[in-house]
Amino acid sequence: MSHALDATAGEIEAATVRDNRDNYLTDEWTVWSWLATTDHKRIALLYFASITFFFFLGGAAAALMRFNLLTPTGAIVSPETYNRLFTLHGVVMVWFFLVPAVPVTIGNFVTPLMIGARDLAFPKVNLLSWYLFITGGAITLWALFMGGLDTGWTLYTPLSSAYAKGYVVPVAVGIFISGFSSIATGLNFIVTIHRLRAPGMTWYRMPVFLWSLYSTSVIYVLATPVLAMTLLLLAFETVFRVGVFDPALGGDPILFQHLFWFYSHPAVYIMILPGLGVVSEIIPVFARKRLFGYKFVVWCSVMIAVISFFVWGHHMFVAGTSIYSAIVFSLLSFMVAVPSAIKVFNWIGTLHKGFIHFDAPMIYALGFVGLFTMGGLTGLFLATLAADVPLHDTYFVVAHFHYIMVGGMVSAFFGGLHYWWPKITGRMYPEMWGRVAAAMIFFGFNLTFFPQFILGYLGMPRRYHSYPPEFQVLNVLSSAGSTILAVAYLMPLFYFAWSLLAGARAPANPWGATGLEWQTPSPPPVQNFTSTPVVTEDPYSYPSPEAIQMEQAETGEARPNG
Amino acid sequence: MSFSLPAASSNAPEVDALLAALLLMSCAVLALVFGLMFFYVVRYRAGSRIDRGALAERTFRFEISWTAATLAIFFGLFLWGADLYVRLFEPPADALKVYVVGKQWMWKVEHPGGQREIDTLHVPADQPIELVMTSEDVIHDFSVPAFRLKRDVVPGRYETLWFRADRPGTYHLYCDQFCGTDHAHMVGEVVVLSGPDYRKWLSVTPGSETLAAQGQALFIHFGCSGCHGGNGAGSYGGPGGSPPGSTGQAPAPSYSTVRAPPLVGLYGSPVPLSDGSVVIADDRYIRDSILDPGAQIVASYQNVMPSFAGQISEEDLVKLIAYIKSLGAQRADAGQTGG
Repeated sequence: MSHALDATAGEIEAATVRDNRDNYLTDEWTVWSWLATTDHKRIALLYFASITFFFFLGGAAAALMRFNLLTPTGAIVSPETYNRLFTLHGVVMVWFFLVPAVPVTIGNFVTPLMIGARDLAFPKVNLLSWYLFITGGAITLWALFMGGLDTGWTLYTPLSSAYAKGYVVPVAVGIFISGFSSIATGLNFIVTIHRLRAPGMTWYRMPVFLWSLYSTSVIYVLATPVLAMTLLLLAFETVFRVGVFDPALGGDPILFQHLFWFYSHPAVYIMILPGLGVVSEIIPVFARKRLFGYKFVVWCSVMIAVISFFVWGHHMFVAGTSIYSAIVFSLLSFMVAVPSAIKVFNWIGTLHKGFIHFDAPMIYALGFVGLFTMGGLTGLFLATLAADVPLHDTYFVVAHFHYIMVGGMVSAFFGGLHYWWPKITGRMYPEMWGRVAAAMIFFGFNLTFFPQFILGYLGMPRRYHSYPPEFQVLNVLSSAGSTILAVAYLMPLFYFAWSLLAGARAPANPWGATGLEWQTPSPPPVQNFTSTPVVTEDPYSYPSPEAIQMEQAETGEARPNG
Repeated sequence: MSFSLPAASSNAPEVDALLAALLLMSCAVLALVFGLMFFYVVRYRAGSRIDRGALAERTFRFEISWTAATLAIFFGLFLWGADLYVRLFEPPADALKVYVVGKQWMWKVEHPGGQREIDTLHVPADQPIELVMTSEDVIHDFSVPAFRLKRDVVPGRYETLWFRADRPGTYHLYCDQFCGTDHAHMVGEVVVLSGPDYRKWLSVTPGSETLAAQGQALFIHFGCSGCHGGNGAGSYGGPGGSPPGSTGQAPAPSYSTVRAPPLVGLYGSPVPLSDGSVVIADDRYIRDSILDPGAQIVASYQNVMPSFAGQISEEDLVKLIAYIKSLGAQRADAGQTGG
């Protein structure tokens, strides 16, 4: 199979040390060389380690919750502990896993490689953002474990400001600090994508992943300050008893919800947009075909980012806001679903007449398309005003956003991790285990969350420590699914560790993919490229199906080797 | 163990029809997405030698058509949902009002006849019921899945929820907004009774006095009568003084130093305010006027009333409102007899 940049790739490979012992991982060995590194690739690994810790911590809380819900009266923990568990789960998963997940790890690693740059625009700011992130994380965890918090991650007033028993202010401080990490990261990506593209890398030659990351970064920079202000006001009210949100002090509790969701709804798109980008990278590679409707896909990312700022009111359809505002927010919520639907159609269009390979990243990506579609469709139920009324604040909502966040986003994260793993570590992962884990995640996920749609329709409210006995069968099914999901999420931890020690050495381009990051050795040298690459083609410039078939006919080989 | 939910209110079948339409549309889209995905990955798997032919060139047409189709379907669903939603939250005028106060972690119900309940709500079938709800502490949510209805119960304001139950029975009541430690125990039941059963229930349930009668005692206790008159007729005359609710018309000049608007017939009538606007004197307006009198001043009156915020409990407020409402009802009745 031919490469867009064969000549450049060849030159770079020749110029780099043959056995590839001289790369960013082996450059220096001291602990300090990691903690004080300004290399985006090493910072990405620091982030990988941190968010993996947070993912499994949040996951452990979820596992305990599912265990507790095995019986109608609550199997293992008290109501107070249960409330703290779901608060911990929400706070950790949202702010310390989902919001940063893809941008700070995969995004950090591949952005400079994809545009042919040596690093991000502000390497020191990049390191600072990691320190802000772990400082915020440490404060939040200390508060969650020492004081506990039982308000849910949404921190609704006046429950949080006047009635909660836990450490509201320390948790708010932790989230506040980690917010600056988001802003720093977003700013870094925006400037990098504007200023550091290699010669010939025009906007429309950028991989879709970078458009997604760019859109995400804009939300980081514009929405996170609103969260910061909201948390400051909340802390002010809690400490100084200044009436902002508490009606007993003359405040307005609904105002908090407006401010909170003005950040948190765009934040939902912070969580999913990078996942959409990852999948848009994986599908063309394993279908050996250009991405269908490239310009539509990239502008859909931008549209989603823009409209995401105008849909926050749909969290308040039953909160007592005006009927007219509810109507406007309902229409806008439908509008934000249009670009998401267009993306799904374009991914399917990409599969058409492709040469489809079923490596683990592709299985994750196909699973993502299915789960994201289900999450999106059930989102329409909640955008439809009268349908939202019975479903609001029930398990239907829980299932809906887990289809997007876990079924969608976490699948995309794992897909991306498998896809770029050879580039990041220089090793191949065991393919069979990768496929098994991907299939188990899809199955375990559906078993965990599909019953929750039915529970929600039947009226089971969310955040309940105990429930009426008629809901038990569905809850047991859901808990059973969560054990499969837990095993499936733990598997990569083991086979990735094995791969680091004993995996086969990865070539520069194991998947036969286009894209600059595959033109440099695996793992990349410290400076990424020995000479700045020049881009002359559109992204995903895979040969036409006719050309591939002619090549197949000549060689009798179905699968091209990169 | 059942996967079906009783539909016990007049709007439940309408909501179910909308949900069914959404479900049908979702299944169609899922069949299309999964079907095409499955078909393509099998047909175009790398090992397959099937002739791919040339790629489609004018992809623009595909983009335009699926975008347009998506928009059209979405707009239809939006209209359907919005239309029904507006009807779900517009109570009919003849609804029977029942007052609900949420607090950590119980529901307190006050019936107009003075009957009080905790965590249970008895209502007659086939009659519109309007719940007027508020909270003493944090935000709660009054949710009855069998009616396909819920509404947040917010401290510091009245939210309303109306329904017409049409199937006698006992149904779950949940708090759906997380409200602290025992959120999961803030549950109860709604008992829908047929007309005769409901009258029987009213007669055997001890209700000390009607809400309005209790409210009258409070009206005197809190000193309201000092300015608004012993029976709410205003400070410049007894019953039958200046007719209240005579929109836009300034009341007769007062000879008292403290002058207060009359309350007879106030409930449900338009009130001209000093800023030129007109509000309808509903539960919310009366509550706000007791707690924050300076916010909405009746035209041609002075802002002299002190705030009662923090002095009157939510339950007592409900009784005061019921009393003021009863003053309006008296006048309406009188009007009817007179006419």
